[in-house]
Amino acid sequence: MPDLLLELFSEEIPARMQARASDDLRRLVTDGLVEAGLTYASAGAFATPRRLVLTIEGLSARSQPLREERKGPKADAPDAALQGFLRSTGLTKDQLELRDDKKGQVWFAVIEKPGREAAEIVAGVVEATIRNFPWPKSMRWGTGSLRWVRPLQSILCLLSDESGAEVVPVTVDHLTAGNTTEGHRFMAQGRFAVSNFDDYRAKLRRAFVMLDPAERAATIEAEASNQAFARGLELVPDAGLLAEVSGLVEWPVVLMGDIGADFLHLPPEVLQTSMKEHQKFFSVKNPKTGRIEAYVTVANRETKDHGATILAGNGKVLAARLSDARFFWDNDLRVAKAGMGDWAEGLKSVTFHNKLGSQADRIDRIAALAREIAPLVGADADQAERAARLAKLDLRSAMVGEFPELQGVMGRYYVLEALSADAAGGPGSSPGRVSAIADAARDHYSPLGPSDAVPTEPVSVAVALADKLDTLTGFWAIDEKPTGSKDPFALRRAALGVIRLVLGNGVRGHLLDIIDVSAAQVWYSPALARSLYMLPQSLTPEAKNWLGVCHVHPTEAGEEPPVFLCSFVEFHTALRSELVVDDAEVWFDDLDADHQLVDDRIIKGDRRLRSLTADLLAFFHDRLKVFLRDEGIRHDIIDACIAMPGNDDLTLLVTRARALSEFLKSDDGTNLVQGFKRANNILTQAEDKDGVEYSFGADPKFAETEAERALFAALDSAEATIAPAMQAEDFPAAMAALAKLRAPIDAFFETVQVNADSEILRRNRLNLLHRIRAACAPVADLTRIEG
Amino acid sequence: MSDAAPTVPSSFQEIILRLMTYWGGKGCAVLQPYDMEVGAGTFHPATTLRALGDRPWAAAYVQPSRRPTDGRYGENPNRLQHYYQYQVLIKPSPPELQDLYLGSLRAIGIDTDLHDIRFVEDDWESPTLGAWGLGWEVWCDGMEVSQFTYFQQVGGHDCRPVSGELTYGLERLAMYVLGVDHVMEMPFNDPASPIPLRYGDVFRQTEQEYSRWNFDQADTGMLFQHFKDAEAECERILAADEMDKAGRRIVMAHPAYDQCIKASHLFNLLDARGVISVTERQAYIGRVRALAKKCADAFVTTEAGRSEALT
Repeated sequence: MPDLLLELFSEEIPARMQARASDDLRRLVTDGLVEAGLTYASAGAFATPRRLVLTIEGLSARSQPLREERKGPKADAPDAALQGFLRSTGLTKDQLELRDDKKGQVWFAVIEKPGREAAEIVAGVVEATIRNFPWPKSMRWGTGSLRWVRPLQSILCLLSDESGAEVVPVTVDHLTAGNTTEGHRFMAQGRFAVSNFDDYRAKLRRAFVMLDPAERAATIEAEASNQAFARGLELVPDAGLLAEVSGLVEWPVVLMGDIGADFLHLPPEVLQTSMKEHQKFFSVKNPKTGRIEAYVTVANRETKDHGATILAGNGKVLAARLSDARFFWDNDLRVAKAGMGDWAEGLKSVTFHNKLGSQADRIDRIAALAREIAPLVGADADQAERAARLAKLDLRSAMVGEFPELQGVMGRYYVLEALSADAAGGPGSSPGRVSAIADAARDHYSPLGPSDAVPTEPVSVAVALADKLDTLTGFWAIDEKPTGSKDPFALRRAALGVIRLVLGNGVRGHLLDIIDVSAAQVWYSPALARSLYMLPQSLTPEAKNWLGVCHVHPTEAGEEPPVFLCSFVEFHTALRSELVVDDAEVWFDDLDADHQLVDDRIIKGDRRLRSLTADLLAFFHDRLKVFLRDEGIRHDIIDACIAMPGNDDLTLLVTRARALSEFLKSDDGTNLVQGFKRANNILTQAEDKDGVEYSFGADPKFAETEAERALFAALDSAEATIAPAMQAEDFPAAMAALAKLRAPIDAFFETVQVNADSEILRRNRLNLLHRIRAACAPVADLTRIEG
Repeated sequence: MSDAAPTVPSSFQEIILRLMTYWGGKGCAVLQPYDMEVGAGTFHPATTLRALGDRPWAAAYVQPSRRPTDGRYGENPNRLQHYYQYQVLIKPSPPELQDLYLGSLRAIGIDTDLHDIRFVEDDWESPTLGAWGLGWEVWCDGMEVSQFTYFQQVGGHDCRPVSGELTYGLERLAMYVLGVDHVMEMPFNDPASPIPLRYGDVFRQTEQEYSRWNFDQADTGMLFQHFKDAEAECERILAADEMDKAGRRIVMAHPAYDQCIKASHLFNLLDARGVISVTERQAYIGRVRALAKKCADAFVTTEAGRSEALT
């Protein structure tokens, strides 16, 4: 049983691609070998910056011969059928056999595939793997047409067993596999031959290459922690950085240096981000002060001065970087102390999206929306608006310009600075209010991912909701909804954020009311109108409709009268003020020419606006299903709850769904649903047939059987409980009351024939069934429950 | 791997001279800078246009480069609106290009046995040239000292064969080698010369003057007009009859490309004046790229730019 060793040696592979590439190498080669009829005992793959390596143990020496028989057409079948069979088998007619079959003579093909040597199979699989390797980005080099992540320089491919090793004859364009490789780019010299994986690994180590990325990472982490510990400091863990740095070195050497005293006052997030992003340094913290006071850099080599030159060079680069950061921080603080007016002004010229206006436009909308939301989340409206107006100003700061990932974090520092400098008082003057408003700058982006915490401070919740809802309605308005796997504006994440904010804080209220306000703000904003008017060549069909390309009388028979969300005059005034005068004249000459046309545009727009809000609510419901699925709540249960009035109150909706889900886990629950469905079906059929509704008047005096009387009594008692329970939104209590109906309903259907001969009895029983339907109706739409 | 033990150069110009000698010695044609305002050495037709077609090519040159938005009135230790790039382009990229490059670092006095040299992923893209490639930024002790790129496309055309491009930011590299903290303090010629000159003696005043002009004074109306003119001339030249009046086929790819370079630089000046909004920015970049593509389309039909395999 030979072992296989494969090394693909190239120029430097990007660190972020290495782990995936070694997995792909193992998968593609082992799949290929197995498909070709070989078996193996185990396989392992490794990556360094310059090589992908695969080792396979216990590979079969050759594949088993295969004999395959295939039945073809009948002897008297048309010639075309026979020709097709010959093509599919690759044989000629004289190689076929005629055999007797139940229905006469039939052609048979016997295909013999002899066993193949492992070397031959490996050569083919390795070549195919190299040619089809799934790099995220690949390139050509020199005169060749082969693609690899960076130039591929050599291939080492060996099959070895106790008797020795042989080179597998792999050839890919100008590269032919051999048994040699080279070590560290700087610390080792020349190529060397290897005989198997153990030999390879040992010789690489002597040539200053640590093959296993996990070992490099462990070495770096242990060495960095030790050096920090020796100085009474501690390493700030960063798994992502550790993985990246492990992919940048073949021979890790950890060096620790100090951060200059001039920079220690910078916020820790700034130090950490600057060092990580620019230099790939780890941060080292003083546990006593919490400050970041030192750094760890990982070099790729040892030197005779024990890294002194390398550390000095790195320290110099760091000082230059941190000087920039300090410059940004000092300048930003000046603007912040002056109230951040410059940034607010500057955001007017920063486009958020060309159809949705500037960041300043967006902030205006979010601030107005935050006011609307504030009472629902227990926040003060003035504070919420103030926080919303300040929360995104750091987007204009120099620090966030340099490190976008610090948005919000810097915002909090700057808002604190602005408000504490604001001695004049105002809504943000007391310390508690100041920190609530400042925290909103940091927290309003949350929750970003499924594991990110949900803000709970009311001001942050109001701003976070306003931010996300404005984004959603904005992109809905310009028809940039997520489709399939494409969601470039992260709208699914925004919707999930809204859901988690609402549920996490038990927010009550009608989402549609807020969406309406938000949508109207976007829809009638000068930004959207401007983009629609000024970019006629890029209009969506809907927008063209809105602009009234066609003439339709505004009040066609049977149409609802239009509801204007802002006056026509307001809208156009806003539009005019936003348009460049020349362009405005052109467009308005055209518009004023036909008032009918203009009115029509507004009406069409308004109609689309209403369908937009309904569509967005449906999107929330879809997202909610995904969210609740993780809790184990079935989609049909959610559908049963969505079908109820008030489905835009997500907290209520989820309370209902959770209660229903619990209810349906009990026997009483599932059986009750069966009973309800049976009652409902019989009733619906009868109503369809008779053309009437059986909706009241069931009278116990026509009850003939004990079961009927029992059901009457049970319904009386259930109804008496359900009504107040529903009033109190106590779904478990209402459902518990319904559960008590299960036995009487079952007994009723067992003993009573609804469609009795007597019309009076039949009608009474149908009316009784209606009471079952009516008792269940306020709880959920049980017709939607599956099964 | 070490060639001779590296000696440390004494001045900015010595570093340039050593690079010239090194790459000349490795077989590159040592060219002179292109005589137009460009943002980077890549814009030199010896790179942009010569990366196209299948004719072998090897060139090295210094290219003065202008980035108006980077002006800091000569006060910032590292930032300049006018600086020098050293550029090497070899087509097809030789298999030992990394080693050749490391040799050039030793040639300018970087002891690769004492320093930590790393090739860190950095994919290069020039939206204005419609060009991209894969490669690295080269780090020396954590500092980026060069860009190393295998060109995949230029002007929308696939590069076949592929060129290897090296770009050294000369001031930053020289400051590192010479151990200088502020660019203006860097010795330009040998400090032992009868008249020693520092970088600031040569460039401090021009940095001030150009910073003022770039940021505050450049006549934006004129710049917008020049942009339109350059664009129109580029398109006109390329649309002209390929036959001259004597009946010779002469495609004017280079004169057209000059106009493309002009448009690109005018756009940079307008950008520094802050009169191009974020949305317009993309549109302007797109206009320059359209010119670059047309120039590339024309160049590949010429003697210097065609591919035997395709004719």
